[in-house]
Amino acid sequence: MISQMNSSLIDYTLHLADTNLILAQRNAEWCGHGPILEQDIAITNTSLDLIGQARNFYQYAALLINESKNNQGLKAPSPGGEGVGGEVTEDSLAYLRTEREFKNCLLAEQPNGDWGQTILRQFFFSAHQFLLYEKLQHSTDEQIAAIAAKALKEVTYHLRWSSEWVVRLGNGTEESHQRMLKAIDELWRYTGEMFLPAAYETEAGFDVSLLKGDWFKKIASVFEEATLPVPEKVFMQTGGKTGTHTEHLGYILTELQYLQRTYPGATW
Amino acid sequence: MVTASSIQTKDIWEILEQVTDPEIPVLTITDLGIVRDVKLNADEVEVIITPTYTGCPAMDMIAINIKLALLENGYSKIRITSVLAPAWTTEWMSEAGKKKLKEYGIAPPHAITRSDGASDSVIACPQCNSTNTRLISEFGSTACKALYQCNDCKEPFDYFKCH
Repeated sequence: MISQMNSSLIDYTLHLADTNLILAQRNAEWCGHGPILEQDIAITNTSLDLIGQARNFYQYAALLINESKNNQGLKAPSPGGEGVGGEVTEDSLAYLRTEREFKNCLLAEQPNGDWGQTILRQFFFSAHQFLLYEKLQHSTDEQIAAIAAKALKEVTYHLRWSSEWVVRLGNGTEESHQRMLKAIDELWRYTGEMFLPAAYETEAGFDVSLLKGDWFKKIASVFEEATLPVPEKVFMQTGGKTGTHTEHLGYILTELQYLQRTYPGATW
Repeated sequence: MVTASSIQTKDIWEILEQVTDPEIPVLTITDLGIVRDVKLNADEVEVIITPTYTGCPAMDMIAINIKLALLENGYSKIRITSVLAPAWTTEWMSEAGKKKLKEYGIAPPHAITRSDGASDSVIACPQCNSTNTRLISEFGSTACKALYQCNDCKEPFDYFKCH
């Protein structure tokens, strides 16, 4: 009998994988369009790191799903994404699940907007991911701990790079400052969800609500240097972690999954 | 055909020392510290590797190249196992590897404590050895490198980041 714990661990692993994949896909949209060559390379390098993390989490989720299926046969609850022959792989999980089956945070799927909005999204996200992985590297689940410990080194870089850009733009010209204010207005409402745990997170993960204080401190200190205001109370959008997304995710998946949907099982 | 009884891990390590990194061909995978262990299980050779960066696209190619090198040397049962923990660090790079990097024009990783998250400093130009250099970009042509420029000889160069 599959335990509730195992099912939560699968969902939790998928949530971590999906969030990384969707943000990576968004960042990769900048490929060839960055403001200057070095920053084009920077944002796509960040994208590559996130895809690497997503792959590690998907591989682990596939292992857990296939194991629980072998133990239980058809009775096993399916998170979706069966490939050819019913087998679940890292690729089938990324390419063959539907919008409602994706568990990524809403922040990750928000449009790139201008460079300032992309930078701010990365900063909000990396500040959270840094704190989360600091905790997850000590997880009792060995594989999640290993992925987090390894990725933490890369996330440290993402956070440093995006913080520097927030300061540069916030404290730059009148135009760049205005654009950052607009970006804050667009994105702030999607930050609350990162600290509101879904049921599977409470069960299998780490209590993310505990990260909120330190995250807020980081944001406030960088915003102060960037001469940007921290918003007052704002209504927070939620739902991504349990599959209720903004209208943007469907379009992302349409592009991301096109090849495997049109030519099932196609290989490189 | 190599028989199981005659295999020694030393022989395998010698073969692995010939396998180079696809992105930085002057370095071998043993210079980089990617190979963590070699095991002989019955008639099977198991090579345990670890990725440098999580998303390093060279890892699949490296695994294929290890297989090919072993096949060429008469080993047929090969298993490549990828492990994540402990996480790879540039501290595992050999001194010979660092020397080769510098000769190739890439500044080797230079450990500096940066608990405050501040940028690496004092990176020496691989061309003229001047330490009067500046960071151009945190990210370079591959995940493991950053872009620097020498203020003295004006040459831009890659720096292999501490990790």
